[in-house]
Amino acid sequence: MRWSLLGVVPFFAFATMFLVIPTSYLVVGSFRDRAGNFTVQNYLNLSRPLTANAYMTSIEISLVTAILGGILGFLLAYAVIEGGLPTPFRTGIMTFSGVASNFAGVPLALAFVFTIGRTGFITVFLNTVLGVDVYGSGFTIYSKLGLEIVYLYFQLPLMVLIIAPAIDGLKKEWREASENAGASTFQYWRLIALPILMPSLLGSMILLFGNAFGAQATAFALTGGFINLVTILIGGQLSGDVLGDQNLGYALAMGMVAIMAVTILAYSWLARRAERWQR
Amino acid sequence: MTGQTDRLQAELDRPTSWPDRPARRGAPRKTVASWLFLLLGVVYFALPLVGTLIFSLRAKPMLSAWTDMLNDPQVWSTLGYSFVIGLITIIVSIVLLVPTAFWVRLRLPRLRPIVEFVTLLPFVVPPIVLVFGLITTFSRPPLPLTGTNLGSDVLLVCAYVILSLPYMYRAVDAGLRTIDIRTLTEACQSLGAGWFTILWRVILPNLRVSILSGAFLTLAIVVGEFTIANFLARPMFATYLQLIYGNLAYQPAAVALISFGITWGAMGVIALIGRGSQDKSEIGGAH
Amino acid sequence: MSYLTLTGVKKQFPGGFVAVADFNLAMEKGEFVSFLGPSGCGKTTTLRMIAGFDQPTTGRVLIDGTDITDRPPNRRNVGMVFQAYALFPNMTVAANIGFGLKVRGADKASIARRTTELLELIGLPGKGNRYPWQMSGGQQQRVALARALAFEPQVLLLDEPLSALDAKIRVSLRAEIRAIQRKLGITTVYVTHDQEEALSLSDRIVVMSEGRIEQIGTPFEIYNFPRTPFVARFVGTLNVLSARVIDATTGRLDVGGQEMRATGAVGAAAGSAVSLALRPEILAMGDGEPDHVRLRGTVDEVTFLGAVVRIRVRLPGDAGVASVDTFNNPHLAVPARDSAVTFSFPAEACLVLDGAGRDAVVAAATAI
Repeated sequence: MRWSLLGVVPFFAFATMFLVIPTSYLVVGSFRDRAGNFTVQNYLNLSRPLTANAYMTSIEISLVTAILGGILGFLLAYAVIEGGLPTPFRTGIMTFSGVASNFAGVPLALAFVFTIGRTGFITVFLNTVLGVDVYGSGFTIYSKLGLEIVYLYFQLPLMVLIIAPAIDGLKKEWREASENAGASTFQYWRLIALPILMPSLLGSMILLFGNAFGAQATAFALTGGFINLVTILIGGQLSGDVLGDQNLGYALAMGMVAIMAVTILAYSWLARRAERWQR
Repeated sequence: MTGQTDRLQAELDRPTSWPDRPARRGAPRKTVASWLFLLLGVVYFALPLVGTLIFSLRAKPMLSAWTDMLNDPQVWSTLGYSFVIGLITIIVSIVLLVPTAFWVRLRLPRLRPIVEFVTLLPFVVPPIVLVFGLITTFSRPPLPLTGTNLGSDVLLVCAYVILSLPYMYRAVDAGLRTIDIRTLTEACQSLGAGWFTILWRVILPNLRVSILSGAFLTLAIVVGEFTIANFLARPMFATYLQLIYGNLAYQPAAVALISFGITWGAMGVIALIGRGSQDKSEIGGAH
Repeated sequence: MSYLTLTGVKKQFPGGFVAVADFNLAMEKGEFVSFLGPSGCGKTTTLRMIAGFDQPTTGRVLIDGTDITDRPPNRRNVGMVFQAYALFPNMTVAANIGFGLKVRGADKASIARRTTELLELIGLPGKGNRYPWQMSGGQQQRVALARALAFEPQVLLLDEPLSALDAKIRVSLRAEIRAIQRKLGITTVYVTHDQEEALSLSDRIVVMSEGRIEQIGTPFEIYNFPRTPFVARFVGTLNVLSARVIDATTGRLDVGGQEMRATGAVGAAAGSAVSLALRPEILAMGDGEPDHVRLRGTVDEVTFLGAVVRIRVRLPGDAGVASVDTFNNPHLAVPARDSAVTFSFPAEACLVLDGAGRDAVVAAATAI
């Protein structure tokens, strides 16, 4: 037994106590029924309308905000890094993205309610100045669409932050070599830049997906549990008793962990592929 | 040889027969598109903030929402509470992670992949699941921490240490990479220093920059975090925000902007400290 | 008739810095010309203006009579090899090489044929399916060369292609590059800061410093008859001795208390200090030919370098130290330290520079 292993005991002990054990409680609990016997019924029950619907909605919202946030975030990041704009804009957008990607929960929900809520200033502006009655035609911020718009506020900046190093990594010489060989800008993007960036783009969007999937505070603040999300359900399980069945709650949580694990694995694999380009 | 030189000289001396036109200088098309995207981005980001500001000024008299909030003792007490919890989280993180990262680099390089894997686990367990697990585990014997305020505080700090683990570890590890810890340690040992002295007087001071940026990030996460604070029922800033949101009209707008400003301040400091560092990835936090 | 011509090319950046000033060059078809100079002398900027990545502030670039100055870089028919290879990492070697043909709309069969041809030429047959990151630096640079040549450009440009490689590969690869260039007969511009590369490869060399052309000539001319002190110092090594002018019109100089004559009038006043610049290989121990200049001194240090024996001779007064390189000869006695010796050199192979050795050549060596 190597004594030097003692040096990492505190770290592993901490992680075990406050991460592994709590998670394993949930794992074990998810395989138990109320009497304490082993069962997989909880997982089977996940396919019931309420929980299945929660997963579907969560996945849908995460997918939409990941793709939209990914594309828009990439365009914004490219604009300030390689787009020929003065450097202060890059610094400004980067720092702001650092703030915005952490801005969530009640303040964020509130901010959007004040802007595009029923009496939000943009809603009012559109109505009075442009004669467009957004709420009259059925839009409401307290909907999936509204939530997606709000989520975008931290998804887009997150994309900007994650994709920036990859854009930096696009060597100027590749562009010049392609021009020298006679390629147009479109050909450069189609044959060289996008293929090179693809692992990073996909990986970042996957990370965005995971980020949205695990979000709880913002959804809760905005819709008060009105929209059925996995995180809301788990929260409800903790605070009240939406499901009435603790073990189902564990299974729900485990389902989430499984999805997140797949997300992180996919991201790591893509990140390693992207690294290869830089050698 | 001379003939060659002469011909060269003649070539060089020949007057240019082309007029000196200034070179073509076209505005690259991509710059116009860039300005457009920047504008759209700025508008999208600014509108909600503007909306909040406008709303906060709708109270009668105009600034009363702000004065109410700035005079509200609970705004400051919960903010202070969050800051203190944040500070304790940072200290615990440093005490836990710096020796670990140092030891792994120095003596146990083969454990590095495992340790790094553990630091990625918090991404897999979102805050809502983490707090669910923590409450389940620690609301029963042998460690019923959730029963007492102090116990809940302990739980809170530990949860936040876990939450900020990926960022803190990455910051510390990056900092360690830039100093030759093997040679420094050997030098210290040959001068008679023990492990504590090495860590406290030599390693830690050299990691100041990395630790600071990790610390501010942790602070931003803790101050903005809602889920865990809510379910552990501690008087943190974000939970107080939620409370007044339900009860008051204009004041929450003011507080929301205060919260945004604080986060921006923390991020600004990080940017200043970490200026020049290339590692700007993934500083999205809890939601 | 000149094939590649640059006339009055100047590059000034906003803010006033002049990177290249009044560059004039006329190259024949098939010629191999090097731009040689230290970092920041403007050689790469000039190359990039030929390629189209930088626009000249004034001046024109012509290829085969056609003015290409206003053409964007992807509409010129030049092939460029970059210092950092810049191979596209997402494509195989074959795809990299065929890229120029592909964007010109060539059909798959002819691209494949040309690619195979080029892989043969650069000595990597059958390696088309590899990826750049699977190859060594030298191999990558060869692929970069093939990529630049694939679409049969009119001019080949190389921007310090060997500086990222180890010394051994550098020597073998540069010979290969020259062989390929000769075989194809393609007009080539080669940018380097390594004078050995420039001297050994080029038909002509353009020596540059601080944005200006110092001299254009064959390697022989540049080395043996440098026209400016910069060229003299930058190319090859020099011994520099201090001397004083005795008589300007006859070129009599005082070196370490001994008299010698330059080949002609010296453009400095009597009594002023000048410097003598001597290539080590023109110095010989002993008295030499009857019309050679002879100088006496004491041996400072004798270094045995194997094939060469380097004898450092200190001249009296503060004239300086001369390094005399002689071939190792086991039958000849090597002088001892502190012994008195004589060395000699032909007067016309000596360059007389002004006192600081920097600003002007006051008496040039004559051309043969």
